[in-house]
Amino acid sequence: MAMLEVKDIDVYYGMIQALRKVSFEVNQGEVVALIGANGAGKTTILHTTTGLLKAKEGSVTFEGVDITKMPAHKIVEMGIAHVPEGRRVFADLNVYENLLMGAYTRKDKKEIADGIEEVYKRFPRLRERKTQRAGTLSGGEQQMLAMGRALMSKPKMILMDEPSMGLSPIFVNEIFKIIQDVSAQGTTVLLVEQNAKKALSIADRAYVLETGKVVLSGDAKTLMNDDSIKKAYLGE
Amino acid sequence: MSFISYLINGISLGSVYAIIALGYTMVYGIAKMLNFAHGDVIMIGGYVVLIAVSGFGLSPVLAVVLSMVICTLLGMGIEKVAYKPLRNATSPLAVLITAIGVSYFLQNIALIFFGAEAKTFPDIIKLPALKLAGGELTITGTTIVTIITSVVIVVALSLFVNKSKPGKAMKAVSEDRGAAQLMGINVNATISLTFAIGSGLAAIAGVLLCAAYPSLTPYTGAMPGIKAFTAAVFGGIGSIPGAMIGGILLGVIEILGKAYISSQVADAIVFSVLIIVLLVKPTGLFGKNIQEKV
Repeated sequence: MAMLEVKDIDVYYGMIQALRKVSFEVNQGEVVALIGANGAGKTTILHTTTGLLKAKEGSVTFEGVDITKMPAHKIVEMGIAHVPEGRRVFADLNVYENLLMGAYTRKDKKEIADGIEEVYKRFPRLRERKTQRAGTLSGGEQQMLAMGRALMSKPKMILMDEPSMGLSPIFVNEIFKIIQDVSAQGTTVLLVEQNAKKALSIADRAYVLETGKVVLSGDAKTLMNDDSIKKAYLGE
Repeated sequence: MSFISYLINGISLGSVYAIIALGYTMVYGIAKMLNFAHGDVIMIGGYVVLIAVSGFGLSPVLAVVLSMVICTLLGMGIEKVAYKPLRNATSPLAVLITAIGVSYFLQNIALIFFGAEAKTFPDIIKLPALKLAGGELTITGTTIVTIITSVVIVVALSLFVNKSKPGKAMKAVSEDRGAAQLMGINVNATISLTFAIGSGLAAIAGVLLCAAYPSLTPYTGAMPGIKAFTAAVFGGIGSIPGAMIGGILLGVIEILGKAYISSQVADAIVFSVLIIVLLVKPTGLFGKNIQEKV
């Protein structure tokens, strides 16, 4: 059984249907990418998985538990962390306080302190800026903070929404390297990216979305060599 | 000497506005709505104390505690019944209009149960007045209690918001509700807690207000409510120190205006101050600059 199973979900924004019968699954330890153009429904899928949006039809199951109607704050406790699009760090709190917010569901003070130390080791730049207000960080630093904050909940699965958006090429490479590290350390990754080439290069499998529907799926390497994908998303 | 006396009275009245403004500003910061029924919760708090002391012979301290409990539950109840169902309404006006409706509802409930005639509020603060400068300056016990209470409240509230876990959750929710949920913060519970705190403070404000101006009608809360809202906007809505400073400044302006200009236009002066502040600094004294994202 897959770790995350999304089955036939229909999601609406008011009257507008954003997802039509979308199904996909993520197995433990995998890196799965969702690719597609703007407005294809990638972010909507992540929001529905973590409970910020609710599916009208269909189901979302995590480790065998139906989480379709579970409130977002409970889903975090199940072990899913979500790095939202646009980072959404708490601008008025400093770096350290942002990381503490990430550990909101955890109780053990020692474990939280260890977790923060781990994040600082992974992102030395965050240690340098730990007392700085998050709103004053650069885009790349905010992305690191958003990722560090998500890791603070010790998730079994991490969802990342456009982690490379708006970053300089150096930062993009750094962020993708970190995603690979996180994956290598045993956290399952569900990645949404417009940078399809980069995403496919680190993913095991991928799903291609168009106007709210999954149109193609398969092994990342196979998709990379698919002619229609090359033409539509890889700019070749 | 009379100037100092006016000033102290102004600070005292302003402290009451500040306590009410804290409720306004916290609810605005976290639930992103203006709770125009907040002033009327004060009035209900006043009646609870009145009935408990005059009707049932309860001790003033117990009566105040009872009033806080009832107002806290009332505030949470109002939020759950009237505002929560509208949280995802398309127009933010829906909840604003509902709040005005709740305000009239509370006033009319009070009218039915307690009648329209003014009731004399019992003398519950029995601290002796302080005589200074050879008896030329008198500070009443009520004034002393009011000022001390408001200082304690602001310090306690700042500590709570900045140091405690639910307080930090409040800050996170006020900044970004969605991101707060992704941290595992229960947003509904946090908003409910905010209403509970704001309404509990309203009960205290009600007692202090009625102790200083001991006449209670179903409309007693309306005007101080509006003035406290003015104070919150003046200080920068959403800001706790802003509400405190805004409240005190407003009280001082009102009393000095009454004393030196005209007691008839004192309210007009108060609201003129709001208009001027909003013209010069639209975000208020401590308000954050909200940058439009392009």
